[in-house]
Amino acid sequence: MAENSDLDAVETVQEIDARGSFCPGPLMEMIRAVRDSQVGDAVAVWSKDPGSRTDIPAWIQKAKHELIGVQDKDGYTRFVVRKMH
Amino acid sequence: MPEEIVILGGGVGGTLTANLLDKRLPKGSARIKIVDPMGIHVYQPGFLYVALGLANSGWLSRSLRSLLRPGIEVVIDSAVKIDAKSKKILLERDGELSYDRLVIATGSYSDEQKVPGLHEGSYNFYSMAEAERLREALNNFTGGTILIGIAGMPYKCPPAPVEFAFLLDEMLRKRKIRDKTRIRFLSPLNRAFTIESASKMVQPLFEERGIELETFVNVDTVDPEKHELTSIEGETYSYDLAVLVPPHRAAAFLVDSGLVDKSGWLAVDPNTLEVVGQEGMYGIGDTTNLPISKSGSTAHFESPVVVEQIRRSIVGSNTNLLSSIGRIKRRSVSPSKLRYKGKVTCFLETGHRKATILIFNYDKPPNPPKPSVVWHLAKWFFNRIYWITVPRGRV
Repeated sequence: MAENSDLDAVETVQEIDARGSFCPGPLMEMIRAVRDSQVGDAVAVWSKDPGSRTDIPAWIQKAKHELIGVQDKDGYTRFVVRKMH
Repeated sequence: MPEEIVILGGGVGGTLTANLLDKRLPKGSARIKIVDPMGIHVYQPGFLYVALGLANSGWLSRSLRSLLRPGIEVVIDSAVKIDAKSKKILLERDGELSYDRLVIATGSYSDEQKVPGLHEGSYNFYSMAEAERLREALNNFTGGTILIGIAGMPYKCPPAPVEFAFLLDEMLRKRKIRDKTRIRFLSPLNRAFTIESASKMVQPLFEERGIELETFVNVDTVDPEKHELTSIEGETYSYDLAVLVPPHRAAAFLVDSGLVDKSGWLAVDPNTLEVVGQEGMYGIGDTTNLPISKSGSTAHFESPVVVEQIRRSIVGSNTNLLSSIGRIKRRSVSPSKLRYKGKVTCFLETGHRKATILIFNYDKPPNPPKPSVVWHLAKWFFNRIYWITVPRGRV
């Protein structure tokens, strides 16, 4: 997984601000975005929900995509995922 | 001049709001109109029982008029567009309606077209017609694999698929074909139910009953010919019978009126329930974007909040001054009733004449008690007294 500083350099096709959304909202928003993007695209989701810390990496693993990195920002977490298939 | 109050939708939220407003507003201070396409109120939790052959459809609907207080006008029509600037609603059949206060309670709708093959390849219990179609399929079922899943979130009545799994298991045991049937429960999350504490209660029961839980299954397509479901996660599940909760959406006219947020639901303040940026316009029930169950219970607890805000906006907060008018001679309302805190109460049937109850709000998750016959009987009793209580504002 990329370090915080490296993650800022990853180009994303979409930044989803799901900070106003509660579990499972951020996960569902990320799933929709990954489904609608192209193979190879990177997508980021911002979440304030503590459940996302486990749910989002677990889903990425199950769906066989790549978790590029997880960043702790100012009061929220940014997850960056690459669509692999 | 009396205030014009229009309520869109004659479900739990709309019917209850109309009755409470009529009860709590001083006589002559408002004209209340409720707009509904059919003029029929349907008790939707009953669809589950119809699908499983536990009830017939006759008791699930009543004329909306029969549930309303006499002073409320019923308009049989559908909204096509809301013009918030001029405070007018364009109707499908008969011109337009003006309003001073508007309550939007138009619920949620199945949107099967969102998932290719879903309609042709699966059953559900989210309308009377679909529940009856599923009942027939289950009557003809003699064994094989049944998939129970969720083809889109959020959806109406979150416990319903779990309840269906438990009651189906019981039904198949009674018919002595459970040993010939594999029940697979496909959850879009990494647990059986959206709420973690409820999942902790449900999952051991699934295991005990032999209901197989498959996690992170977000339905992508259904192939009606091959009897196969493919998930976004890239897995394929074969079936003999698939029962899939369809994706849901808000009423199309809300989208056309520019009142929905990016998620497609009516954007309301989570506490006041006022539509964002629209003074005097409120949203209750399934149609809102709130992070809470889409269920009749939600609408039931939201309705008094909206009613109190409208009442205060018309007569002010001092009920005593108006008590002499006659119809306001009732208890004063505490300021906490002006804010919705996310309260929801719902039963969850676990089969074999047992159920539990989920009581929660925005801040507190439920702590469901051990399933027992008491909660099952409470649910049974609630189903029977619904018509004389909830829509009429008696509980």
